[in-house]
Amino acid sequence: MAATKTFRVLPGFKITLGFTLTYLSLIVLIPLAAVFIKTSELSLGQFWDVVTTPRVVATYKLSFGLSLVAAAINTVFGLMLAWALVRYSFPGKRIIDALVDLPFALPTAVAGIALTALYAKNGWIGQYFDAIGVKVAFGPLGVLVALVFIGLPFVVRTVQPILEDLDTELEEAAVSLGADRWQTFRFVILPILLPALLTGFALAFARAVGEYGSVIFIAGNIPMVSEITPLMIITKLEQYDYAGATAIAVVMLLLSFVLLLVINGLQAWTSKRTGRDR
Amino acid sequence: MSIQVKDIHKQFGSFVALDKVSLEFPTGELVALLGPSGCGKTTLLRIIAGLEQADSGQVLLEGEDASGTHVRERQVGFVFQHYALFRHMTVFDNVAFGMRMKPRAQRPSESQIRTKVHDLLQLVQLDWLADRFPAQLSGGQRQRIALARALAVEPRVLLLDEPFGALDAKVRKELRRWLRNLHDELHITSIFVTHDQEEALEVADRVVLMDHGKVEQIGTPEEVYRHPATPFVYSFLGSVNLFHGRIEDGTVQVGEDVLHDQPDAFRQGAEVIAFARPHELDIVVDGEVGKGVSARVNRVLSFGITARVELDGVNGSSGQHYEVELARSRVTELGLAEGQIVRLVPSRLKLFERQAASPQ
Amino acid sequence: MAGATTLHLGGDHAARFESRAATREAPWVKWLILGVSLTFFATFLLMPLIAVFVEAFRKGWGTYLTALSDPDALSAVRLTLTAALIAVPLNLVFGVCAAWAIAKFEFRGKQFLITLIDLPFSVSPVIAGLVWVLLFGAQGWFGGWLMANDLKVIFAVPGIVLATVFVTFPFVARELIPLMQAQGREEEEASVVLGANGFQTFWHVTLPNIKWGLMYGVILCNARAMGEFGAVSVVSGHIRGQTNTLPLHVEILYNEYQFAAAFAVASLLALLAIVTLVIKTWVENRAARALNLETAVSRLSIARKPDEHDVLGIGQTPAIR
Repeated sequence: MAATKTFRVLPGFKITLGFTLTYLSLIVLIPLAAVFIKTSELSLGQFWDVVTTPRVVATYKLSFGLSLVAAAINTVFGLMLAWALVRYSFPGKRIIDALVDLPFALPTAVAGIALTALYAKNGWIGQYFDAIGVKVAFGPLGVLVALVFIGLPFVVRTVQPILEDLDTELEEAAVSLGADRWQTFRFVILPILLPALLTGFALAFARAVGEYGSVIFIAGNIPMVSEITPLMIITKLEQYDYAGATAIAVVMLLLSFVLLLVINGLQAWTSKRTGRDR
Repeated sequence: MSIQVKDIHKQFGSFVALDKVSLEFPTGELVALLGPSGCGKTTLLRIIAGLEQADSGQVLLEGEDASGTHVRERQVGFVFQHYALFRHMTVFDNVAFGMRMKPRAQRPSESQIRTKVHDLLQLVQLDWLADRFPAQLSGGQRQRIALARALAVEPRVLLLDEPFGALDAKVRKELRRWLRNLHDELHITSIFVTHDQEEALEVADRVVLMDHGKVEQIGTPEEVYRHPATPFVYSFLGSVNLFHGRIEDGTVQVGEDVLHDQPDAFRQGAEVIAFARPHELDIVVDGEVGKGVSARVNRVLSFGITARVELDGVNGSSGQHYEVELARSRVTELGLAEGQIVRLVPSRLKLFERQAASPQ
Repeated sequence: MAGATTLHLGGDHAARFESRAATREAPWVKWLILGVSLTFFATFLLMPLIAVFVEAFRKGWGTYLTALSDPDALSAVRLTLTAALIAVPLNLVFGVCAAWAIAKFEFRGKQFLITLIDLPFSVSPVIAGLVWVLLFGAQGWFGGWLMANDLKVIFAVPGIVLATVFVTFPFVARELIPLMQAQGREEEEASVVLGANGFQTFWHVTLPNIKWGLMYGVILCNARAMGEFGAVSVVSGHIRGQTNTLPLHVEILYNEYQFAAAFAVASLLALLAIVTLVIKTWVENRAARALNLETAVSRLSIARKPDEHDVLGIGQTPAIR
């Protein structure tokens, strides 16, 4: 990180950057490096065995599969909610707008037990599913509910500002050229929103994959059925299988890094498409 | 196609944007709606397009009431002030948009669309930009693409909202000439909104002057410029000198000076406003006492073909500023010096009786 | 990953869209979108919040108060506050330093540095706990040395603090970097030219410009610090009265089938969340008002003078994001 310019008018560059790098290294980089170094105690074969045992593979399927589904659900309904919040006036709108951030503010453990109470078979919502023979809490469906809960604000909050910035002239232009409302949405509005929607999707997905607190209460944690990957790390740790726990952590970290790259790329695309940074 | 608006009234809260406006736009003409910010011109244009709904009144397109017709079905071409190009589409796709949105039965084939788009791009002389994105175009190019896009749906009317507003002075001038030529080629009934008098006078067949939601005057550029009908039009078009006076014994008195001695039919004692263009005033240095309004020479600018003299009012009209345009030879002849007291004599004067709503 | 947590000055745009023929949907479409999205909102966000309080009071005020005045609960409150009181100021100082270096100077690798700062947001909280076990646990790199010196990090307060610091690491920095970048460095340069030193410049020129963003970051950072569960759970060891934070206490009570007590403690945390959202909304309003633009714009878009639309730039939200 060499300076491109040695002459600086404003003071404090060296000390603030120095502190930033030191603190970043101590709190984030060195600890994360420990994960990779610890894993290297395993041979490649051992590593592969640990991360591909059937029980662990089942957790990947559940975690990644349901995270994708949850992110997709949030993309659709998050867009509708953002649309309603930006475009319509209705009573209670300001409160609802503020409450969209609830999953950011509410501790995950609290969300977990609250969702469990709601979706258990005698709960307010769970009873109706129970009546038609569907078990929500203590099964994969419960995991999905928790993942939808924690991912919702990501989509709403990435799409909302883009919707607010939309110039009314664009829609008026489309209409004056003969497009109907659906065509205007499909060919004019949606392409503008698309990068933001994908960013929101990726953010919600990334968050869902790593989520622990809100899921473990409602999941039931049945091996091969409703165990999530982060829980596997805890389970291994409780058995003092540090190398095993770390190996799974490596798989998750690598996925996180890939997602981070994807999200950065998407965000660059968003700003290009919407011209926000020009 | 002819457009008629009848008794259009539009209010935003307590703000009256259009106050019972009635107008007629004959077929094939290029008409300018001219007026200051907030005069209602853009609202009127948007109501004609169907983008805005009037509180009362009618819009007749070719004699037919279009008030209930959706923008989509009005077949109007609208060019937005900031062009509203779709930035995720190429120039080609932007121009093709309107044709592709048609119901399947009326939609031209893809090859027909291609031909049409290229024809239009040729018309606006930007054929070579078909594959670019709007962000890669200059302001003037965007403007022409927006126009091509509007023309692609073969509109019966073309409406342009401040078409040159967002361009720099040089491009603006070029495009003005270009739009005029294009109109002469296509002869499509067109209305454009502008707050720039020069633009309106230079480009339009006919100018509609608006202020405070009302039409002040309609006429050819020459008519409105040479014979302004109201004090507003007088002060809005071109630079003008203004005198506050009163009618006394058949003359117009400004302070203690006599400005003019042939007032039109005004009653004795009436308060009047008198307008004279800079070239309609002469300066006299040794004229008979009592004729012309006294003023003090402030600056003499004589670098153009004609010379401009800036003066300040004295006596009863102190605080007023005047501007006189004279032939250079006349200035030399007068030998004006700064601070000299002279008299202004109008060769032509327009008088209005002063009302509460008069300007200044 | 903080894209969704940055200060967002919305203002009400509905009037702008609802007043125009071209930007409205047919009424049935509008009601369908409203109906579906609000039902979704209610089932996934509103009802869980209500459920916490209903369950908390299910057995009456007596049980509620007993649960909260339990010594273990009180010690959990203390530990939660301690962790937040350490983690938030640390990350605040870091956030300001990082934002200053990144926003006010040019250097290579800046974008990469921003990505690294974001990293803890994309790491599972469980891994955020695991890393400290690997470093300071009994079998960790420094485990032997710690044991020899009779120091304890894992299954003790320091571990909880470290885990909390890790998960809340990016909050303040992420808030300030874009804000300070958007503001450029002209004002600071002017201040230096006028003879102010670095600290005076920051205090009198930079800080007033970023105070709302700063508060916003601190509030969110604090909420996460007090509510973190996964990371803390890994390093805590769940020793009652010693290494239990409030969220962990909720878990223990819940697993012991003391539901009313669990929800009573949870209601404290839910209250914290509500307070957080209230302050957050208030900060957003203040920030919008500080901009002044926003209010002027929304007022004008109601009493619109249409010819002035574009002159005044209605429809463009101020660029503080």
